[in-house]
Amino acid sequence: MSQSNLQTPVSRLGQWLASPLNPRQYLELINPLWANRCCGEVVAIRRETDAAVTLEINPNHLWNGAVSGQYVRLGIDVEGVRYWRCYSVASAQMPTDRTFSVTIGRVDGGRVSTHIQDALRVGDVIALDQATGDFTLPTSASQTPLLFISAGTGVTPIAGMLRHLRDTGVEADVVHLHYAPDQRRCLFAEELAAFNQLSSFRTHQLYTRADGAAKSSSHFSLQQLSAICPDWAERKAYVCGPVPLMDAVRQVWSDGNLSEQLTEECFQPVRADVPTGAGGQVSFWKAGSEVAGAGDKSLLEVAEDAGLLPAHGCRMGICQGCIVTLKEGQVRDLTTGDVFGEAGESIRICVCAAAGDVTIDL
Amino acid sequence: MNAPLTLSAEQIKQFESQTGLPYNLSDEQVQSFGAEIEALRGRIMSTLGERDARYIRKVIKAQRWLEIGGRGLLFAGILPPAWLAGTAMLGAAKIIENMEIGHNVMHGQWDWMRDPQIHSSTWEWDTVCPSSDWKHSHNHLHHKWTNVVGMDRDVGYGILRMSEEQKWTPYHLGQPVWNLLLAVFFEWGVALHDLETEKLASGEKTWKESVPFLKGVWKKVKKQTLKDYVLFPLLAGPFFLPVLAGNFTANIIRNLWTYMIIFCGHFPAGVTHFTPKDVENEDKARWYIRQLLGSANIRGGKLMNLMSGNLSFQIEHHLFPGMASNRYAEASIEVEKICQKYGLPYNAHGLGRQFGTTLARVFRLSLPNRRDTVTA
Repeated sequence: MSQSNLQTPVSRLGQWLASPLNPRQYLELINPLWANRCCGEVVAIRRETDAAVTLEINPNHLWNGAVSGQYVRLGIDVEGVRYWRCYSVASAQMPTDRTFSVTIGRVDGGRVSTHIQDALRVGDVIALDQATGDFTLPTSASQTPLLFISAGTGVTPIAGMLRHLRDTGVEADVVHLHYAPDQRRCLFAEELAAFNQLSSFRTHQLYTRADGAAKSSSHFSLQQLSAICPDWAERKAYVCGPVPLMDAVRQVWSDGNLSEQLTEECFQPVRADVPTGAGGQVSFWKAGSEVAGAGDKSLLEVAEDAGLLPAHGCRMGICQGCIVTLKEGQVRDLTTGDVFGEAGESIRICVCAAAGDVTIDL
Repeated sequence: MNAPLTLSAEQIKQFESQTGLPYNLSDEQVQSFGAEIEALRGRIMSTLGERDARYIRKVIKAQRWLEIGGRGLLFAGILPPAWLAGTAMLGAAKIIENMEIGHNVMHGQWDWMRDPQIHSSTWEWDTVCPSSDWKHSHNHLHHKWTNVVGMDRDVGYGILRMSEEQKWTPYHLGQPVWNLLLAVFFEWGVALHDLETEKLASGEKTWKESVPFLKGVWKKVKKQTLKDYVLFPLLAGPFFLPVLAGNFTANIIRNLWTYMIIFCGHFPAGVTHFTPKDVENEDKARWYIRQLLGSANIRGGKLMNLMSGNLSFQIEHHLFPGMASNRYAEASIEVEKICQKYGLPYNAHGLGRQFGTTLARVFRLSLPNRRDTVTA
């Protein structure tokens, strides 16, 4: 008899005995990782720079693992309230029974990143969501020449991919350009430099704000790219970093009619640089409640502050995990500044704010 | 005829013409009372945080261990001390689950933590009443229309006559007996609350209309019965009967206790009942005053607060149904001060007085109203 056949009647009996709860809600009294929700224990915290730490996380049995370069949402409790944030998996691809790591930079005034840096402790259990995203290596990495461009903490998903290639011994042809202010503030500086010892890897750390001779670079430009990597146009390219870098890189590839070869990963929401409107009353159709929604605050945040738990993913308008039907009124897309909305239309509540009174199907 | 000790009909009419309610406050005072209560709510709600999250998680953990301990001891229930202790622990665990955890979580008191496992949208409690039915009949009807006869079905649950405003019929002569049955089988009374038996009896509603509702209740009843009265006893093997008896007794203990706490909330001497006319054009300040006048607290210690799910602060719970229950104690100090300032009654007494006068009401109202009171 297979194990699953054995487990089914037993686990069903457990469900009946534990009703209305789940048996795992009793098991988690003994070990929090036995819960019936996806979660992980922080097993190590490593300081990378003054402003960044790496968390080593031991996920429970419900986590499905991650492919290098994907991102994962962590649910961190700050002052008793759970906040979800997306972080790239920085470790090499792993089987589901191993730990994984994320590297988190401090965001000035950022509630969650500050809490992680200052208050999170080894042994804490945090909520997890499944890893997702398509910022990943091609299936034929050994036959495809690769180019990675990153800046700041944008290096984390790329570090994950590089570590995966290194650890699995894939002979990939890799060029990596990484921009950091200076060596002190460069994430994984030593490890990145060590990649050059691998025959097929070339990594370049470009310090844009160091003093004197240490200042090795200006910001990204086509001229610089061509000098470092003359065959850039023949490579499959990946870029991850702050908005100005992303814009500059996208422009170069688009000018060369090569946009299809470029894969992008943005780690901060791109908000339109336009004045936002006045907002309005936000009504929740299913919950039957109503609160004020500011014109520059996403409907997702408005709903969360009202005590609702809307399903969502990336929180920056990419993954479509937060789609909700608009019942009445109009919304402003915070990434473009456009005001739109017809009753029945699907909207991404993580990047849309109230533009006047709105009713949404939550 | 003796002079009435309470307000005369003329006096009440006079107050009602001024304020719409039987108390003597100017409209300005009513609004300023409302503003003070609202400010208190804001002050406490803005300080919810880590400490409160730790509290509810601690209570949930302790409750689950208590339940495991109780059920474990009942497996040795052939020994009388183990049976008694196991039954008491399981009864206490069910009380805490229903009162301090389930009832309050379903009010959304902990929704601010955004933890889907402790959230009003997901919580299912350990009674035969499905949580979705409860959220409608209790959170919406009872809390909005508290003590308004004809609108709040908690005024007697459609079974008892608990207010002079309710019409007397000879059926009510048996009220002391109905009351006892309701107390013993309280969870079933709560589950069938929305069946609106009085409307079925009068023909206003048909049984056919009630089928979907009853199906929902049946689904929950099946699970609860299977667990307490079939599976756990079977699991005990030769000790089937002691476990069955222990589970049954624990459920009855829970029923009697929750009945008593809930009846002490709105029926002790001194609480006011209202008519639909009283709530016409009611604003937020007047709503606060109605919640205050229609509710009563039980003075007791920390154990009473925990075991009553902090409904020992029924007044505060009715003023602030969405506030985390562990904060009612500190709110009550302020609310009582504000009431003193405005000369409003604050009905807080020991359990003996509150339950004694509640039972007295059950007996008194089983008979028709005496003619020499309000209608004189």
